Formats: sequence, structure tokens, C-alpha cells
Amino acid sequence: MTEAVLTPGADLPERGTEQSAGSFSLARGLNALREEMDAPVASFFSSCVHCGLCATACPFYVETGDPKYTPIHKLEPMRILWEQEFTFWGKLKSTLREKLPLEKWGLDKLGLDKLVGGKQVTDAMLAEWEPLLYDSCTMCGRCSMVCPVGNDIHYMIRKAREGQVASGHSPEGLIAASVRAVNTGSPMGLKWKTLDVQIKHVEQSTGLEVPIDKQGADYLVLLSSMEIINFPEYLEALTKIFAHAGVSWTLSQQCFEATNAGIQIGSKDIAATLVQRVVDAAEALGVKNVISPECGHAYTAIRWEGPNAIKRAYPFKVFHIIEVLEQLRAEGRIKTEGKEDDRLSMHDPCNLARKSGVIQQQRNLMDLVADEFVDLKEHGKMQWCCGAGGGVSSNERAEELKLAAFKKKKAQIEEVEPDRMVTMCATCRTQLEEGLEEYTMDIPVVGLTELIADHLVESDDERVTSKE
Amino acid sequence: MTAMEFLMLTKGPLFQAALAVFALGVLVRLVEIFALGRAHNYAAPRGSAVAGGLRTMYKRFEPNPGTFKAAPFDVVVGMVWHIGFIIALLLFIPHVELIKSTFGIAWPALPNPVVDAVTAITLLGLIAALVHRLAQPVKRFLSTPEDYLIWGVTFLVMLTGWLAYHRMINPYPLALGIHILAAEIFLVVLPFTKLSHIFTAFVARYYNGAIFGRKGVQS
Repeated sequence: MTEAVLTPGADLPERGTEQSAGSFSLARGLNALREEMDAPVASFFSSCVHCGLCATACPFYVETGDPKYTPIHKLEPMRILWEQEFTFWGKLKSTLREKLPLEKWGLDKLGLDKLVGGKQVTDAMLAEWEPLLYDSCTMCGRCSMVCPVGNDIHYMIRKAREGQVASGHSPEGLIAASVRAVNTGSPMGLKWKTLDVQIKHVEQSTGLEVPIDKQGADYLVLLSSMEIINFPEYLEALTKIFAHAGVSWTLSQQCFEATNAGIQIGSKDIAATLVQRVVDAAEALGVKNVISPECGHAYTAIRWEGPNAIKRAYPFKVFHIIEVLEQLRAEGRIKTEGKEDDRLSMHDPCNLARKSGVIQQQRNLMDLVADEFVDLKEHGKMQWCCGAGGGVSSNERAEELKLAAFKKKKAQIEEVEPDRMVTMCATCRTQLEEGLEEYTMDIPVVGLTELIADHLVESDDERVTSKE
Repeated sequence: MTAMEFLMLTKGPLFQAALAVFALGVLVRLVEIFALGRAHNYAAPRGSAVAGGLRTMYKRFEPNPGTFKAAPFDVVVGMVWHIGFIIALLLFIPHVELIKSTFGIAWPALPNPVVDAVTAITLLGLIAALVHRLAQPVKRFLSTPEDYLIWGVTFLVMLTGWLAYHRMINPYPLALGIHILAAEIFLVVLPFTKLSHIFTAFVARYYNGAIFGRKGVQS
């Protein structure tokens, strides 16, 4: 992996370097939080009765048992600011607190100072909350599914991170990834020439062309750096499937990266910059569709947040690769032969299933190639996060927590005892591989796209080419 | 002040004042929420936000199986005392009559012994909820003075009603006056505390369901 390129240009704090005066401050952080307040946030904070049920949905709480990892608690600074500045009663309480000599009357000892808005959001508080908002939350959204009053907690975590970035309290690993993404186009500092080597390799081993910068192609294919580095088999699988199904597609030299570090760290500006690159590349090639790779957050970033980051609708559609494959399957354009005969189970990436509604598609595809497919007990929209998403895997400090949170997934896998796990997100896949290895469980993990590619019926042309 | 004068005070001017604070307070609360608005969403929807929102407003009455397994006590006790509270509030004969005389609408009430039993169960449920709040690590960690305050306010309404019904405070006008006063405290405290979740939870559920529904997920 390439070194971080910490050059100016990215609007992010750099640890250990002198900041230009006032560029990241409590005031900026609070302003960023104020900008994020909207009607849903106000209704959520108004409704929380501290029942703590969100904790039971969070792998970080469940596996550590530490109450500070209760999802709603991670939003305390934002809640305080909302109460003090966005509610009549909060404003009144602040005034009362200023005007009334509560300490003199000894009322502070009764906890009455707390009733009248005692706490203030300070820089120290935001610093204290940094690990809660980043290290112990993958924004998986499971808490949002169980809250009895209906609070969408992950929606607020995403917003709260904006305040963390603006106040200079976000993890170094994510800052470095964001700076690299802005400066080099890839959060891992990967250049086109690295991808080019891989493309050549794919072309050699398949005998197929990997189209680059093809004007007017139906689909622009994006990749994630992690996939390029860890799972080169994805590009090969996709090349084979698209040739098989006769799909018109292309890569773009202008932009190949699908992930968006700005959305993970919580910077609307960086998010918009990165999304704009995808839009520019798609518009330059005049494509009708953009395909997000086997990566969960890249999909939610481009599909759902992207248009809002750049404040306009796209002139193209966005699909996760699994949606495209399912569409091809439904149209009868994927012909397969043989099935996997070992016991396969599946991990739904949070971003794809719960946060994007892609749930049945991957199951239809599994039926195509697997004889013995068994779902984890809680799956689809109620699946458990692998523990690595939402920027946790780019944040070295969170390593221990990341592995702790994985224990929930591990327990789920142990329940159904599969021979292999299938998933469709490079971050999930890496986490599953590392986690299963850590607990010496011999369960290989495979990407669904590759699994499909392994079973394609070769046409006569393809048979000839592959023999050459 | 005699017991009867106290009762007349709670039934008259205090009740009017409490209702006014309650209505105005809830209105301010809701206006504050809606006035913040929402940013325009440019992403092409997969499903209906409105349908998702409306469904989630109802759906969150049903605990999902995983939550029930993880926290059966919370789910059972929470549901029992919430349902008990609503039954006592809306289906007790004198309450139905009060609503009829205030708003002009009425519905059938439950027999007194049934409401009596429901109230007793609700009181026990509330005590269990308080003990749980003090004992369970997450709940204790999250709890603020406000959480205990609203518990007290809720418990008092139920308790005073139950005591009055059983004539355990004498004379009766005093017992009834105390109950009405407790209800008035509940009404006044509601808009300024988390008791407002009685109304805002439906707004929250709608937004939750709408956010997920737009993405094609029923939350």
C-alpha cells in the first residue's frame, strides 16, 4: 500500500502539523452540527426515552458489554446542542441557568442543574466522543431497525461525524484515507497504472478485452481500491460474465474508484468532490448506467448520498454489481452449469441489504450456483454487521473493537456451520477472512460475482479462446 | 381550604390551565420539529417513502423477534404498562365521561373491576420498570434525572387514581382532587420532557420508515 500523500488541498485536519488559524475548531464543529439538524433529527431526540434497546442491536455493545457503546449515547453532544438551541424549553433552561443562582441555593446538588441544561458541548467532549462515533460504530443501521420509538440512529451518526471533522476530532486513519482519496483518487493511494497491470493480467488469463474509456457503453464499471489489491479475481469474474452475457461496458481512466472516504469520515465537501469525479467520468463517456463494485459503502455513497452531495439528480442510473447480475439472470442472459456442492452461507453487507434494499437478488443468484445454501438466522435487513464498515477498517485505533464486534458474526456463522461463506463487499470479505482466521475457523470466504463466473457455460468461441 | 374546595380548584381553573399548557406545549414541540424541515432528496427512490413511513408508524408496536430474545423483560414490561396506562386513561368510565363532556365524543368503557385489575398490573409494571432502570447497566448508564422525574409523574397519576377508586384516601373529594392534580402535573410536564414521545414517537417512526422505505426497505 502506498504512503499517505499529505499535501494541501484536502479540507481536513492533519495531526501533528500546525493548523492554519481557526480552520478546525469547536465553533466550526458546532456550526457543522447545527447545519445537520433537521426535522427527523429533532423528532428522534424528542422521542428517546432511554430504554437502551438500541444497545441490544449493536455488535459493539453486545460483544463488549460496555454501556458507553449504546448507540444513542454516541449522539449525546449532538443531542445537547439540539436541546439547547433548537427547543423552546432548552433555550428557556439555558436562560434560567444563567439568571438563577442555583449553586447558591444548593439546587445543583439535587441534580436540578442537570434539569436546566447543565452540560455544554465542549472541545473536550467532542474529543471524548471521537472513538464512540468512529471506532465503535459502522453505521450499520441495525439500531435504527429496533428502536421502539422509531429513531433512525445511524442517520444521526452520519450527521454527527460532520461535526467531528469540522472540529478536528476524527481518526487519523480516516483522515489519511480521505486526503489520499482527494489527492490521488484512491483512499489507498492506488494509481491507474496499478490497475492497468491488473487489466493486462486479466486480459491475458481470459483472452477477453477489458474495455477502457469506451464511449457510449451501457455500463461504466467502478472498482474499489481494496478490491484491486485484495481481490483481483473480481475484475476477472466480471469480465467473463459480461462477455458471456454480451454486456456493453467500460472502465474509465478518469475515475475508477467507487468508494467515498468523505462519506465515511463525515465531510460533505470531500464527499461531493469524490462523487463529482464519478459523475464527470460517467458524463464524459455518455454511459447510461454506473456499476458499484462488491463494496457496500461505495454503493450507498453513490446510489443514495451522491446526488445529495452534489445537489442534483444523475443523468444515469446506479446499480450494485449484484443487481446487474440478477437482472441478467432474470433476462436469461447468464447460463450456468454445475453447482457448488458444499454447504454455503451468506453475509449480507449492511450497506447493500438493510441500507439499500438489495436482499432477494443475491439469494436468487445463489440458487443458480449453490446446491446447499443456508441463510444465517438473522439475515437480510436484520443481519448483523461484520464490524468493519463505516470507516472502522481504515481506523487502526479501532482494530481491537473491530475484532470484538466480529464475534457476533462468528456466533451467527457457528450456528449454521457452513463450509464456506459468500459475500459481496470487499471490506466485509476481508473482515470475515481475518476474523475467521483469528478464531482459527477454517471457513473460506468467496465473492458472489466470482462464484457466478465459475459456473458460466462457455460458448464455443470462449472454449477456443481459453484453450489458446 | 376544604377538601371540596380543593377538588373544585383542581377540576376548574387548574384543569383549564393544565390543558392550555399541555396543548400549547405540544403544539410548540411539533412546530419546532417540522419547522426544521428536510433537505431535498435527489437520489432516485427504490420504494415509497410515504408508504414506508406510514407502515413503520404501526410496525414499531411489534417488537422484532431478535429484540424480544435479547431483552424479553423490557419488551413485556414495557408493553404491559403502556397498554395498561392507555386502557386506564381511555376506557375507565369516569374518564370516558370526562372526555365526552370536554370534547363531545364518547366510546364504550370497560367495567370498573377490569380497569381496577389493569391499573394494579400497570402499577406493578411501572415498579418493575423502575427497578430495571436502576439495575440494568445500560438503562442506569443512560438515565438522567428527567427519566426518573417522568417515571414519578406517570406513576403518581396511576397510583392516585387507584387509591381514589379504592377510597384509600379520605375524604373522597380530597382523594379525587389529588388524582386530578397528579394528572394535571402529568399534562404540564409532558411537553417539556420525554413524555412528549407520546406524540413525537409517531413523527420519528414516520421519518424512520420514510428514510428506509425510499431505499426499498421496510423498517
